[in-house]
Amino acid sequence: MEEDQELERKISGLKTSMAEGERKTALEMVQAAGTDRHCVTFVLHEEDHTLGNSLRYMIMKNPEVEFCGYTTTHPSESKINLRIQTRGALPAVEPFQRGLTELMNVCQHVLDKFEASIKDYKDQKASRSESTL
Amino acid sequence: MLKMAAAQAVEEMRSRVVLGEFGVRNVHTTDFPGNYSSYDDAWDQDRFEKNFRVDVVHMDENSLEFDMVGIDAAIANAFRRILLAEVPTMAVEKVFVYNNTSIVQDEILAHRLGLIPIHADPRLFEYRNQGDEEGTEIDTLQFRLQVRCTRNPQAAKDSSDPNELYVNHKVYTRHMTWVPLGNQADLFPEGTIRPVHDDILIAQLRPGQEIDLLMHCVKGIGKDHAKFSPVATASYRLLPDITLLKPVEGEAAEELSRCFSPGVVEVQEIQGKKVARIANPRLDTFSREIFRNEKLKKVVQLARVRDHYIFSVESTGVLPPDVLVSEAIKILMGKCRRFLDELEAVQMD
Repeated sequence: MEEDQELERKISGLKTSMAEGERKTALEMVQAAGTDRHCVTFVLHEEDHTLGNSLRYMIMKNPEVEFCGYTTTHPSESKINLRIQTRGALPAVEPFQRGLTELMNVCQHVLDKFEASIKDYKDQKASRSESTL
Repeated sequence: MLKMAAAQAVEEMRSRVVLGEFGVRNVHTTDFPGNYSSYDDAWDQDRFEKNFRVDVVHMDENSLEFDMVGIDAAIANAFRRILLAEVPTMAVEKVFVYNNTSIVQDEILAHRLGLIPIHADPRLFEYRNQGDEEGTEIDTLQFRLQVRCTRNPQAAKDSSDPNELYVNHKVYTRHMTWVPLGNQADLFPEGTIRPVHDDILIAQLRPGQEIDLLMHCVKGIGKDHAKFSPVATASYRLLPDITLLKPVEGEAAEELSRCFSPGVVEVQEIQGKKVARIANPRLDTFSREIFRNEKLKKVVQLARVRDHYIFSVESTGVLPPDVLVSEAIKILMGKCRRFLDELEAVQMD
């Protein structure tokens, strides 16, 4: 109970107008009182190792990050706790945002390369079948 | 000399997963900033783009094999997980049974119908709203299955072959008929909305038994129920890397070639002697037979290249496999975008 009072929870979420006025949160940030914003635990709802591990990898590649790790809280709950601690006084939201953006850029590049490769393969196959006809 | 050996050892630690006789070494990714003093491991998009490549090895209408080189396990695994569980498809969800006098119980029949792959592009449909029982034309597909089994009057008196004695005694997916809702008949030409295969056996009947039911298909993901998974399977393996630490000649070369999958080791005749050469390590399935040979196990090092992934995607027929991979990558981007938007919304407050 004391711990709840010490922890400052900032809840953000899409305020979807569902029946009974439920609010569906997607992202929460939890940090202990007394620390400045450089260590924060992010609670990502409806996520698992798919996003957790890849995001952890991208955030760890940032030299300003001292610690980054994630866990799934319990197999029955579909949420992950992602903790980021930064060196110096950098707010932890910054590497989180940067990690997300970099992961998006990686995916975009992979998509472009993959589609180009598929197109090349199809063109090659078409030209090969044309030459044998 | 020592420096070179040390540098080589570090390179091996960073780039290879080594399969020893009793254990696997260098499993985890260690190239994070600060771990190695002489390397700059901070994320560099340009360096990534220079080293990354995708090569398609084989593609036909249902299966795809391609290589992804220069990416980390976390992201390759994310693509695999999304292919299995988060790319949406259409599948039968609700079955309204009007008459089922067959031997197959209602719930078993409904379970089997749910597993039938439905040939409908899920990108053209939306998810059904929670609590909506009826379903609209934008989120539902309707199929009808009506089969009655009767005795065949023209069968021979002493025949015992069910194909001759009975009419309609096997219920296949080709007996499923699509019932268009709303404007679906205009949007989807005749014959495009159907089960992927028309020869899946659903149930068997005998004279007097009948199945009469209506099915609603909705859009869903594999995480909810495995029937929504669009892939027969999607898997990857790392590229094998087999090195000979000492030259292998003569009879030992023949022995070596037998310890690996066919085509991996090639035995050449050079100046009258048989010499072994690693020709194509990609074909090896790592049976580890080499470790059972006392002499040869010291001569070979088995390893895998850490950032070279050989993906194999087999589709159930709903979407072509290359479309599935593209959709999986877009879904991962969508997840990142969702959280970026959340962060912006928070920072606005």
